[in-house]
Amino acid sequence: MHVAHLSLADFRNYERAELPLEPGVTALVGPNGQGKTNLVEALGYVASLSSHRVANDAPLVRAGAERAVVRASVVRDGRPLLAEVEINPGRANRARLGRAALPRARELVGTLRTVLFAPEDLALVKGDPEGRRRFADDLLVLLAPRLAGVRAEYDRALKQRNALLRSAGATSAARRGAGPLPGIEVWDHQLAALGADLLSARRYLLARLAPYVARAYDAVAETAPGGTGAGAAAEGGPADVVRLAYRGSLAEHRGEGEEDLSSEAAREAGAAPRDVLAAQLVEAMEQLRRREVERGLTLVGPHRDDVLLSLRGLPARGYASHGESWSYALALRLGAYELLRSEGPGTPSEREPVLVLDDVFAELDARRRSRLAELVAGAEQVLLTAAVPEDVPPQLTGRRVHVRAGALQLPLDGGPAEDAVAGGGPADGASVPEGAADQGSAGDGDGRG
Amino acid sequence: MQDLVEELGRLPGVGPKSAQRIAFHLLASDAEDVQRLATALTEVKRRVRFCEVCGNVAEAERCRICRDDRRDGTVVCVVEEPKDVVAIERTREFRGRYHVLGGAISPIEGVGPDDLRVRELMTRLASGEITELILATDPNLEGEATATYLARLCKPMGLRITRLASGLPVGGDLEYADEVTLGRAFEGRRLLDV
Ligand SMILES: Nc1ncnc2c1ncn2[C@@H]1O[C@H](COP(=O)(O)OP(=O)(O)O)[C@@H](O)[C@H]1O
Ligand SMILES: [Mg+2]
Ligand SMILES: [Zn+2]
Repeated sequence: MHVAHLSLADFRNYERAELPLEPGVTALVGPNGQGKTNLVEALGYVASLSSHRVANDAPLVRAGAERAVVRASVVRDGRPLLAEVEINPGRANRARLGRAALPRARELVGTLRTVLFAPEDLALVKGDPEGRRRFADDLLVLLAPRLAGVRAEYDRALKQRNALLRSAGATSAARRGAGPLPGIEVWDHQLAALGADLLSARRYLLARLAPYVARAYDAVAETAPGGTGAGAAAEGGPADVVRLAYRGSLAEHRGEGEEDLSSEAAREAGAAPRDVLAAQLVEAMEQLRRREVERGLTLVGPHRDDVLLSLRGLPARGYASHGESWSYALALRLGAYELLRSEGPGTPSEREPVLVLDDVFAELDARRRSRLAELVAGAEQVLLTAAVPEDVPPQLTGRRVHVRAGALQLPLDGGPAEDAVAGGGPADGASVPEGAADQGSAGDGDGRG
Repeated sequence: MQDLVEELGRLPGVGPKSAQRIAFHLLASDAEDVQRLATALTEVKRRVRFCEVCGNVAEAERCRICRDDRRDGTVVCVVEEPKDVVAIERTREFRGRYHVLGGAISPIEGVGPDDLRVRELMTRLASGEITELILATDPNLEGEATATYLARLCKPMGLRITRLASGLPVGGDLEYADEVTLGRAFEGRRLLDV
């Protein structure tokens, strides 16, 4: 799929912006702090209804405005479909798909698929488990939109249960483990059912993802002679270099070890029996009751789990070099891209996500930079940002859009991309340059200008 | 004028713009119409209270439904709020009686079973007249938790306990149903008697 048009109103530092897009590579170029990341963040919001930078939506709305609107014309197999979301911090968002208003905004998820590479990706390898959980769950929701609801309900049930545990901990009888916790069993069961759903989906996903990540690592880092790594996994090569394992708080409580997701067995296990997992979660919560009341926290469930990334038998976190960590982070994103493209219903072009590379090339050494550029060059649509034109790898030729103070300067119609560079001086922040305004109005309606 | 707009703005579902529109509308209305509205407002607070049996709004000790002998006293439908009674009454499908809980369990908001009219429900059940309990709390997380809590609590009493089916909106397209709704509708599918 690709995006033919992106419109913003009161999003971050954009009062209004209209960005017509085409398949192939588009580079957003401009000095730091001008609004390049804001643009790709807006696109990501239409895809996932969340920002990759902030957990709370308030900063997404332009200072002084009440709400932001992001609209994207998504083209799948040649048919454009308009996806729109109105961001209302602190209240329910509203979404539209085509002409229909959706009863719930989260039903928009799955319409647009994006895979975003960002400088923060290094934390996938070096950082806390939370980032890896988020990586897995975001991907999960793109593959099975139903799980967006499960994930939201799980978070809510967790908050409810923790609130009950805290209120119980406040009474000394309960602290001694003697007092009753009215209704705790109900929350145990609710949380366990949702948690089992999430847990089995997550493990199934990661088992499917593992071989793609292994091949992508091989391709980025060139671990095996012969380069691209296609088919090398079958020879027992890359899969031994890069392995994914699941460290589950439930398994840990039950004295079971980590689950190797790169093994053939894990992939064959397929859908884990959810009712069994749910029963095990309930049992664990009952056994942990006293400690949970003491701490006012739910101590078992998918919110406490981690994905272990190993490199040649050692945990990447703590052992891998800076360069290897970057290769691993890129491999996770590239693996996600390949999985999305290769599996699931629809045609390959319908499945193929839009690739977004935000300032990553500047983070990489020359070799990884060119490897990554070669690997993404064939994608249906690539959006990348760079502070200076020199940061755009030569393999990724295409259109350039100059971004300055919340305004876009587009390449002139029909002219070569470089025309835009010479096109004019810095735009003032308040107004959209003429070229952009023209293109914008042409792109209204369903967005195909 | 400012006071009126402020008071109206505190009503549920009324934003500052609507409050202003209503205020100007009242200003332009006949004095008699406005007086009728004012009387209705003060009377509702003076005369309406909550039914001692079911917790629904009432003008006497017992509400209209609890006083109606033609209603089936063996079936009780449990709802969160009085407005849910109104909604179910509109269907004219249900001939039993109600029990209004006054909310749903939500620890985040500090609402536990003791803060709802659960004890009153247990007292009603103890009389032995009731044989079926229909749990019609909202189909969201808190409503489900409340229904499950009540089902567990009442199970030893040997009642028939049912939960309202949640499923597809009538008049809608299957294609546009969200996945949670469609999933629930599958779970709650029924035999087609032909
Ligand atoms: N809610 C907001 N309202 C107005 N300006 C904002 C808002 N959020 C961020 N900005 C501005 O956006 C700019 C950052 O844009 P960003 O896209 O991150 O820059 P870059 O081009 O370096 O990627 C900053 O100048 C910041 O002040
Ligand atoms: Mg940036
Ligand atoms: Zn009554």
